[in-house]
Amino acid sequence: MNREQLAARVLELVTGIAPDVDPASVIPGIDFRDQFDFDSMDTLNFAIALHRELGVEVPETDYSQLASVDKCVAYLAEHVS
Amino acid sequence: MASEFRLPALGADMDEGTIVQWNVAPGSVVKRGDVVAVVETDKGAIDVEIFQDGVVREIVVQPGTKVPVGAVLALLEGAEAPSATVARLKISPAARKRASELGIDVATLQGSGPGGVITLEDVERSPPPSQAKAEPGVEPKAGEGMREAIAAAMSRSKREIPHYYLSTTVDVTPATDWLAAHNASAPVAERLLFAVLPVKAIALTCGEMPGFSGFYREGRFEASPAVHVGVAVALRGGGLVAPAIMETAGKSLTALMDDFRALVMRARAGRLRASELAAPTIILTSLGESSVDAVFPIIQPPQVAIVGAGQVVTRPWVVDGTVQARQVVTLSLGADHRVTDGRLGAQFLARVAERLADPGSL
Repeated sequence: MNREQLAARVLELVTGIAPDVDPASVIPGIDFRDQFDFDSMDTLNFAIALHRELGVEVPETDYSQLASVDKCVAYLAEHVS
Repeated sequence: MASEFRLPALGADMDEGTIVQWNVAPGSVVKRGDVVAVVETDKGAIDVEIFQDGVVREIVVQPGTKVPVGAVLALLEGAEAPSATVARLKISPAARKRASELGIDVATLQGSGPGGVITLEDVERSPPPSQAKAEPGVEPKAGEGMREAIAAAMSRSKREIPHYYLSTTVDVTPATDWLAAHNASAPVAERLLFAVLPVKAIALTCGEMPGFSGFYREGRFEASPAVHVGVAVALRGGGLVAPAIMETAGKSLTALMDDFRALVMRARAGRLRASELAAPTIILTSLGESSVDAVFPIIQPPQVAIVGAGQVVTRPWVVDGTVQARQVVTLSLGADHRVTDGRLGAQFLARVAERLADPGSL
């Protein structure tokens, strides 16, 4: 997957967890928490979704690297085979 | 024998709902626990279960109609008379007179007076029958309705419940270490959030000290034999709901986490069940990460206690005579002076804190 495809996939998974968020309104450079109250439960569900959909098991200590679309893309680019 | 299926109470801050869908029709055989209708409320769509076995004889309230809690929704046949669902009607003479002037069926009203008595205020607050029908297009936004509902419930709580407050800060480093180790080795879907630890600690403590888990109704407290800890869930549009994790004390942390995750998901999707909203015998409000240290929570009537947990933070803490960096959390208790006092409350909160400091006990 290239970076655009990764970003689209991340957006899809995040808005799957937070269905009330309009995908078009998500700003890639700003943390989810600051945009739409993404909390620890959402982060855990996101990690579960990444594992299920992309096969990436993100350790809890790396959660901070999943805080925004941009950060996710950078992290996944390294970890998705 | 026919009996009435009424819109059940859905927690302190919800007093009406709009039927959006029936899952049954006249002739349908229903069993206790079946979801028979979907009701739109200030807290989103809620699945309403039936509390008795029987056969549906008549659907009384059609989809699109807004009705107050207690309104008869359907008639059942072959059903035993419901026990707790139909309370004896208590109403002040002035309220009864006013209700008759306004053409309001007093059986549909919820009493807010002492012992659940329907007061003049309850009657006047109730929508006149002509407005009880749904008016598409003039509905308030969900957020506004929820804000009003929360305000009404919290005003009632502060008016009726003589609250007392206690707090204690506890070193939870053993618990956070245990959690980090568990989450590092468990599959991602079995990871736990810190909040399930206080949920379990509260449930176990309620089992030992019944004065904090139950309902204050009709002028007296009834301890609940089963402990159902409600968890306050913030909704993204604003507002919050506090559905129950049923039979909390007997569940493993993993099972509690599964229930907690499912509740949050359904709360935010607007698919809670009526029984989950009415069931909590005590509530935990957990502020979560990156927030503040302490909360002074307001009890949700008819409950008599609520526990708050602030963020888990690293603080200097004295351990064995030396200052160390430890993970601490401040727990608070809001409780009802009609049932307990500060001495018992202090024992309760100290016991919850002890359990939280010792994750092996959970």
